[in-house]
Amino acid sequence: MHIAEGVLSPAVLGAGALLGAAGVAWGLRRMDGGRIMEVGILSAAFFVGSLIHVPIGVTSAHLLLTGLLGVLLGWAAVPAILAALLLQGLLFQYGGLTTLGVNTFTMGSSAVLAWYAWRGIRRIWPGRTGQKVAAFCGGALGVAIAALLTALALAFTDEGFLTAAKILLAAHLPVMAAEGFITMVTVGFIARVRPEMLATGTSAPRPGKEE
Amino acid sequence: MSDRSRPSPFQGIDPRARLASAALLSVCVAIAQTLPACLFGLGLGCALLVPARPPLGRSLRRAGAVNLFVLFLWCVVPWTTPGEAVWNAGPLTATDAGLRLALLAALKANAIFLLFLSLTAEMDVSAMGHALRRLGCPQRLVWLLLFMGRYIHVLGAEWQALITAARLRCFQPRSDAHTWRTLATLLGLLLVRGHDRARRVHEALLLRGFTGAFRPLDDFRWRPRDTAVTLALFCCAALLIWLEFHGGPHA
Repeated sequence: MHIAEGVLSPAVLGAGALLGAAGVAWGLRRMDGGRIMEVGILSAAFFVGSLIHVPIGVTSAHLLLTGLLGVLLGWAAVPAILAALLLQGLLFQYGGLTTLGVNTFTMGSSAVLAWYAWRGIRRIWPGRTGQKVAAFCGGALGVAIAALLTALALAFTDEGFLTAAKILLAAHLPVMAAEGFITMVTVGFIARVRPEMLATGTSAPRPGKEE
Repeated sequence: MSDRSRPSPFQGIDPRARLASAALLSVCVAIAQTLPACLFGLGLGCALLVPARPPLGRSLRRAGAVNLFVLFLWCVVPWTTPGEAVWNAGPLTATDAGLRLALLAALKANAIFLLFLSLTAEMDVSAMGHALRRLGCPQRLVWLLLFMGRYIHVLGAEWQALITAARLRCFQPRSDAHTWRTLATLLGLLLVRGHDRARRVHEALLLRGFTGAFRPLDDFRWRPRDTAVTLALFCCAALLIWLEFHGGPHA
């Protein structure tokens, strides 16, 4: 879900930077001081997790994990993604400073929307099945929104990129299903082992209450 | 992380100067739309590579990762962009606008990659965090960055231990539900261990009087040569902007 640098137009880069900065500012406001360590170490875990090769069919894919990140961290996922991208760009020298805003916005908004989807479904459908459905939707939505916004960023840059954007979107359909399944199992595991990790946000339902 | 056997002269330059110049130059290259400006950016990146001497194998791997997306664009964009046909290959027609778009993207992506590779070579996380804080980055964001940088390798080692334990029990990754369920559970375990570790570390920090305030312990000193390097690089950025407007026809 990475757009290389030098591809996008200045207008798209600028808009992405503005929206990304707004999301980060809001995310930092919502994250109180006591959670910095938790968010930092969980983000490190996500960074490691996104390097896992998952075999899908004849190839293997990296996990994106934005959906799961959103489910666990809520709005704090946006600054976490910015920090992860900075680390990837500067420490491992992939660059990515000029696309930082766009990438933070695409991945951050997919994480936040996944969190809202997970919360909404959990509220109207409590119980174990509802939790599975909510986690699957969160994980799949995380990939879907990120792919859609990346495709839109390409398409807005130049109409020559339109076909490339469509191919990118189609290629992510199987990844969506895999990511949804993995998010579902991971969330189920966490709900059994550390249910308090899933109670992000003040009004989020506490999973495992029905047991 | 760092390769101490081959020190780069850029390591002696203040991290703030390196970060700020790399940021300015890459923004200039990213918004350039003409061939001469992009070529100048690429040339500057190559020129800076000579004194920086980044480790070859790792740099090549990263260059490959950067160019994967560029390759994908080359496979699609020249053939699908509307414009004047310049070359026919069976049913496909390459257009001049498409070739130009793909060429510009390839030049810019590699130019920015090389600029960053040489200027921020071998900067460690703590120097980077402190430099960002001094450049006005929000305190909580710098905390996040420093904690992440500190614990990535710890959790990476933890993941390796989990995978080794699974392998010892004859786990072989295949494309089936069992593999996905196993990997997902291991990922859950990694997150749970991260959560527990975060709680322990946070309590340990509280015991040592952590209040959330950032007290930089760096020894950054701005020296004349930092000014010289920054000025030289800013002049390069100005030259790039001049080339953008006077060096050739616009897109």
